[in-house]
Amino acid sequence: MVPLNWYLLLSAAVFMIGMFGFLTRKNIIIMFMSAELMLNAVNISFIAFSHFLQDLRGHIFVFFIITVAAAEAAIGLAIILALFRNKQTAHVDEMNEMKG
Amino acid sequence: MLQQLFFAYYAVMIVLLSLLVVTRRNPVHSVMWMLLLFFHIAGLYLFLNAEFIAAIQVIVYAGAILVLFLFVVLLLNLKEEIAGRRFAGSWPAGLFVSGLLFIAVTLALGSYVQGPVGKYSIDVIRSETHTKALGTLLYTEYLFPFEIASLILLVAVVGAIVLAKRKLRS
Repeated sequence: MVPLNWYLLLSAAVFMIGMFGFLTRKNIIIMFMSAELMLNAVNISFIAFSHFLQDLRGHIFVFFIITVAAAEAAIGLAIILALFRNKQTAHVDEMNEMKG
Repeated sequence: MLQQLFFAYYAVMIVLLSLLVVTRRNPVHSVMWMLLLFFHIAGLYLFLNAEFIAAIQVIVYAGAILVLFLFVVLLLNLKEEIAGRRFAGSWPAGLFVSGLLFIAVTLALGSYVQGPVGKYSIDVIRSETHTKALGTLLYTEYLFPFEIASLILLVAVVGAIVLAKRKLRS
């Protein structure tokens, strides 16, 4: 039997890696993927809690998180495309003005 | 013992693959490593008796979201991005902050006390089947959030088209 703490440690490690990537990478697509990584880390802990507490509500939450992640990816990537069309770059340091 | 070995394999692979996703210079390589990562996470879900979520993980995350990422990466011409520096100059600060969070979570784990367990034990789920149990809960108790989720998807569809389309020259 694998204890709950192992799953939570794994989740924390993946969340930490995603956070590190979001804070340090400058390519906007990789930053976006790091955000997805953090969402996945949270999903792992939700499923683990759900399994150990014998409750299906964690699964429902994961279902909604995946829905929101899909919507977020569609909108975010559309924004990246629009930005790239205006600026010709995916480097976040060069996107420093609100007016296109 | 076998369970621990399985978990150890999945845990090591997931951490390794997420490191690869974050550190690769070429976004296409990152997307490919992320595909493998999502399959491993789906395996971990199977290990936790969440087969419906594992299927959703493969279909939606690996099948839809990552294809979208790959599509955008290939649409953008990232030649000069790949040549530049990989990390920001202040990457030790990022490592410090995220490491601090990890340590905080690790310390907090020690004081975890398990609450009362719910009614969906493995035997109940096995007799009722996982998808049916999840569907019953979703369409009764969580009907309103389900409707909100459909609205979010509608907004995403409309928003993505409006944002990504080119302006027509009249």
